[in-house]
Amino acid sequence: MELTGADIFVRCLADEGVEYVFGYPGGAALHIYDALYRQDKVKHILVRHEQGAAHAADGYARATGRPGVVLVTSGPGVTNTVTGIATAYMDSIPLVIFSGQVATSLIGDDAFQEVDAVGITRPCVKHNFLVKDVRELATTIKKAFYIATTGRPGPVLVDIPKDVTAHKCEYEYPKSVTMRSYNPVLKGHPGQIKKAVDLMLAAHRPMFYTGGGVILGEASEALTDLVRLLAYPCTNTLMGLGAFPASDPLFMGMLGMHGTYEANMAMHECDVLIAIGARFDDRVTGDLEKFCPHARIIHVDIDPASISKNVPVEIPIVGGAEAVMRDMIKLIKASKKKPDKEALAAWWKQIDQWRAMNCLDYDHDSKLIKPQYVLEKLYELTKGDAYITSDVGQHQMWAAQFYRFDKPRRWINSGGLGTMGFGLPAAMGVKMAFPKETVCCVTGEASIQMCIQELSTCKQYDLPIKIINLNNRYMGMVRQWQEFFYDRRYSHSYMDALPDFVKLAESYGHVGMKIEKPGDVEGALKEALKMKDRLVFLDFITDQNENVYPMIAAGKGQHEMHLKPCKAVVPTDRELA
Amino acid sequence: MTRHIISMLLENESGALSRVAGLFSARGYNIESLTVAPTEDATLSRLTLVTSGSEDVIEQITKQLNKLVDVVKLVDLTEGPHIERELLIIKVIANGTMRDEIKRLVDIFRGRIIDVTETTYTIELTGTSDKLDAFVQAVRGAGIVEVVRSGVSGIARGEKNLRV
Repeated sequence: MELTGADIFVRCLADEGVEYVFGYPGGAALHIYDALYRQDKVKHILVRHEQGAAHAADGYARATGRPGVVLVTSGPGVTNTVTGIATAYMDSIPLVIFSGQVATSLIGDDAFQEVDAVGITRPCVKHNFLVKDVRELATTIKKAFYIATTGRPGPVLVDIPKDVTAHKCEYEYPKSVTMRSYNPVLKGHPGQIKKAVDLMLAAHRPMFYTGGGVILGEASEALTDLVRLLAYPCTNTLMGLGAFPASDPLFMGMLGMHGTYEANMAMHECDVLIAIGARFDDRVTGDLEKFCPHARIIHVDIDPASISKNVPVEIPIVGGAEAVMRDMIKLIKASKKKPDKEALAAWWKQIDQWRAMNCLDYDHDSKLIKPQYVLEKLYELTKGDAYITSDVGQHQMWAAQFYRFDKPRRWINSGGLGTMGFGLPAAMGVKMAFPKETVCCVTGEASIQMCIQELSTCKQYDLPIKIINLNNRYMGMVRQWQEFFYDRRYSHSYMDALPDFVKLAESYGHVGMKIEKPGDVEGALKEALKMKDRLVFLDFITDQNENVYPMIAAGKGQHEMHLKPCKAVVPTDRELA
Repeated sequence: MTRHIISMLLENESGALSRVAGLFSARGYNIESLTVAPTEDATLSRLTLVTSGSEDVIEQITKQLNKLVDVVKLVDLTEGPHIERELLIIKVIANGTMRDEIKRLVDIFRGRIIDVTETTYTIELTGTSDKLDAFVQAVRGAGIVEVVRSGVSGIARGEKNLRV
């Protein structure tokens, strides 16, 4: 039987096993929305802004490992998703975005709500398609899911003109697709793996540095096995937190600009660096000239272009993290060579000295609420097992430092693009996927306002997220940089004219709480976590002067960290008023 | 900084060329010339571009190009023996005694005069980019009206080939 393009579209999603579509209707997508109305297999979640749809699908994908799906209309519908698509692209998240387009006969005429969606998104997608013929629709959708989810994952956009959704053809969903120009490699080169293992076993001061690729490649177990087998220290990037259990004594904490003293010092002093699924981002390396000056580097990555991009590598291995690490484990177990016990003992002794610096310490006796304290309590009360999404800024770094993730896919944040506004919609996607789990959005009063309209979506679909708003009345990270590098000229970083967040939450039908004293933090969190069926907006009024430490200033080496809390005082609310 | 000729087979799809061009502008690589046309297989185009950069940059360029879903196969021709050619069409002022002088230059460079008016010659010349540069330099004195260059095309010497 012949089906319309719109019905084919919906059938494709159902056959692909898509559970949820996050979207917003409009003219060019109306045939598709009509087809959605006439079925019950694919559930559509109506967001309040298309950016929210992209972030929600992204949160869903990060938490589940399955592709997130977005459906929007042409023109502003698709331009509004661009920030969300770029966010997913930078963190290699599998998304498939479907955008309506004006009819093929109108393309290029500057028609109403026409925009060159394929052109606008080209630099921030893994691939994109414009479907010009209904007979190509099913295959194109199959290709989109295939490309988005294999190799180094990423967003794929499919632009569908309105007339294509009205035209009819026979429907058949391809079971698989092959593309002559796209064949991701999973298995690493055996010779290279052998070389890497020899170097790993010969190390005196080894260090594992692993990133988001371990999580994306479902390789957390393999990593944990490998690191424990060797008993070498392991650090995770911001994107890689949870890949190795934070409660394991071999874990060094996060590395990089706001990483721990011990992780960054160990990077600087190590003689063999084993990088897996990490991309030597500038926030990790600092000054490249000073990066890991003593290390011979092994780099495992599924994307050949990530290897030797920023830092030259001695042993490159192109392959999936899981497959390569399993091969490494086999070789190590079979090898007669064993790690040098004496050298390792000395290395751990040195590491323990760095750890004794207690670099994440903060003032526990303050009369003001310390943001770190809120996160420590949140960690305790949720037993480290909640899904934590975050926005971008100081609160994000504190969450990364103080919420110690033992499992992968629990920490959901915009690492590469650094998108404020990500946290709340991402939490919606996570909560859709795991309705029974505790999902918290750690945010700040600046970030939360960038997608706050989604509180309405949370009400409609009954998504009882806990919003941990660390409200310091500043764009905290901007303020911190201005304090350090701009002689305390706090240019446009003060958040004036804030809404009453309690009333705001209540007006959306949620519960709002304002917490102003350190003594009230634990009680408020307990109360909020008990309300399993309500979204609770916890507005914590925190110390405005708190800075994120340790800190490596941009352009400095990993061993050049700022540790001492700065005594500088910023203008308080009253002075500014 | 060395000059490289990178030649690739592209899916003959709309937008494939802009993916390649977009990659170069987005990542700040330079393109000295770029030429593209269909092959004997209607589903494939052959794109040849000339770029320059350090070895590291060239390695990144080839890796990033290989990542593009529309790029089927790629070769850096300058890594081995190869032949490169570029087509030049140039219109120059040809008056009085200069007409003979230009004619002689065209013969020396083994070009051809393909159109003539009372005051101009239009000349066709193929060769390496260096040779075309030298010719343009040689006729500069006569007065150049217009220069059209095709960009470099190339192919590997011997048995080596770029096929799917």
